[in-house]
Amino acid sequence: MGDSQIIQISNLVKDYAMGKQFFRALHDVNLSINTGEFCGLVGPSGSGKTTLLNIIGALDNPTGGDIIIMNNSIKDLKNKQAAKLRNESIGFIFQTYNLLPVYTVFENVEFPLLLLKKSKKEREEAVMRALEWVGLSDKVNSRPNQLSGGESQRVAVARAMVKLPRIVLADEPTANLDAANSHNILQTMLKLNLELKTTFIFATHDEKVIRYLRRKVALSDGNVINDIIMN
Amino acid sequence: MIKFLIKGLIRDHHRSLFPIIIVTFGTLLTTVLYSFINGQLNDLIDSNARFDTGHLKLMTRAYDKLSNQIPNEFALTGVEKLIESLNNKYPGYNWTPRIKFIGLLDVPDENGETKNQNTVFGMAVNLIGKNSQESERFNLDKSIIRGHIPEKPGDILISEELAKRMKIDIGHSVTLLSTSSNGAMAVQNFVVCGTVKFGIGVMDRGAIITDISDMQFTLEMFDGAGEILGFNKNKFYIPSEAEKIKFDFNNHYLNKGDKYSPLMLTLEDQNGLGEYLQYINVVGFIIVGIFLIAMSIVLLNTGLMSGIRRYGEVGVRLALGEAKAHIYKSLLYESVLIGIVGSVIGTILGLAITFYLQEYGIDITESIKNSSIIMSNILRAKISFVSFYIGFIPGLLATLIGTAFSGIQIFKRQTASLFKELEV
Repeated sequence: MGDSQIIQISNLVKDYAMGKQFFRALHDVNLSINTGEFCGLVGPSGSGKTTLLNIIGALDNPTGGDIIIMNNSIKDLKNKQAAKLRNESIGFIFQTYNLLPVYTVFENVEFPLLLLKKSKKEREEAVMRALEWVGLSDKVNSRPNQLSGGESQRVAVARAMVKLPRIVLADEPTANLDAANSHNILQTMLKLNLELKTTFIFATHDEKVIRYLRRKVALSDGNVINDIIMN
Repeated sequence: MIKFLIKGLIRDHHRSLFPIIIVTFGTLLTTVLYSFINGQLNDLIDSNARFDTGHLKLMTRAYDKLSNQIPNEFALTGVEKLIESLNNKYPGYNWTPRIKFIGLLDVPDENGETKNQNTVFGMAVNLIGKNSQESERFNLDKSIIRGHIPEKPGDILISEELAKRMKIDIGHSVTLLSTSSNGAMAVQNFVVCGTVKFGIGVMDRGAIITDISDMQFTLEMFDGAGEILGFNKNKFYIPSEAEKIKFDFNNHYLNKGDKYSPLMLTLEDQNGLGEYLQYINVVGFIIVGIFLIAMSIVLLNTGLMSGIRRYGEVGVRLALGEAKAHIYKSLLYESVLIGIVGSVIGTILGLAITFYLQEYGIDITESIKNSSIIMSNILRAKISFVSFYIGFIPGLLATLIGTAFSGIQIFKRQTASLFKELEV
């Protein structure tokens, strides 16, 4: 793995049991992703992009092959080690935001830092910085149900970025947003990608997102059919 | 982190308030039900001991054999000496003589002619003698409706119900006709000094109470008594201790051929009380057991539902980097907290209701007006040591086990499956 290479995917296979049969979601996928990339796994529903994203995020195990993330082999990771990897190095952004509804915006963004056992002062500084990035400094005490869809997703971005992860995985982040909010969110992520050199990997079939990508990895029926790097 | 989780717990009523209400309710019901059954059991033992069986009872073998006929011809003699010896040998017990009798109570008019007559069941107890606790045992102070406790020979207490039925007032003379221990007719005049109501149907229907010296004289039982009752000085019936004393005493007087030799019985040996207590114990145990299991299932289900409801939250926390074991532990801590809070509130409320039932009870006079069992007309609960913790079995344990079961799903499921459940 080279210095700039952050993810190395080799001969990755993923099967799901369906009764007595197996469904192969990923067929022998090979891919390498470098630090600071702003790339997307694109393709229609059922193409395997979310499955691949889940395995990259150590949320799922491969059936065959392996993924090496920052020198960690996903297939060899124990639960605790996988949690540690996600905790320290990976941020997630979900399609449905998935903010914890009983906590305020500040507390939602603070949560990953609590897991990292950061001091109160460090947490306060980091949360306020992350909320500034997404332009929600005035919403610290709001609850998720008081936010619009766009605002909720910006909180989710702040939560993913607050610990300064090396990789952010975003699964259909704009699926529930209108064009203006999608543009806003993507601009924010692009800015963070450029300023912090964070690697962004999207799973999407949304044209609004695809337009922003600097690399598009096209998937179809679990196979990589195209890998285009834009200039 | 703990502060963070507690904040979430308090704010999410589905996770805190509702489970606490269910736990509180379950704990409350368990505490009250257990205490109520306990109260009935204790009341049964206490009433029987005070009015009839004592914790231990001494009589002759012949008297025991025919005890339902109250055969005073087989009464114990030399009672004073016998009690002295019992006091010396078993100092943990108070020993007191009693004579039961049946007879006819005659109320004369101003000409001395019979105005009213009624069969009565009588008890002669040591009311006037020194250091007697019989008045306290019969709870006479509180049971007196009119008049006063016998203060001198010739005074008699009769039940309020009987007094009304026979139109007797305080100060009236009455004549008791009975059979002496020699089989002769016994007649004695008494003055009604008071009326009583014990709240025990069988006593209230037609009982009279006199001092024992009066009946020893009337029934020609000088220094005699039908029975000598032993009461544990700590006021509680302790079966093992009573059994030990019985065994020791009966071994000493092992003369089965002599029908006048004394025989000691425990409370449980008399009136089928042993079987009855066992039966109540078993039934009580089954009722409380079924209830405990039912409440445990309800609370276990609450724990399960609470865990399942939070799969989404668990998925987010896993994705953000929290370890499965850490999440599982936090769910268990939460359920312990909810279990403790609910159980404490439920136990406090349960004890408050139990205390009310202990002090005031439920009046069932009408339902048992024809009953011949010595039992209180008021059903009462009783707070015991167990009342303080029995509610915690369903309240705390079941909640914890329910959460533990639902939490195991976190380990069984693929992380990605939990993660997918977010996408709803």
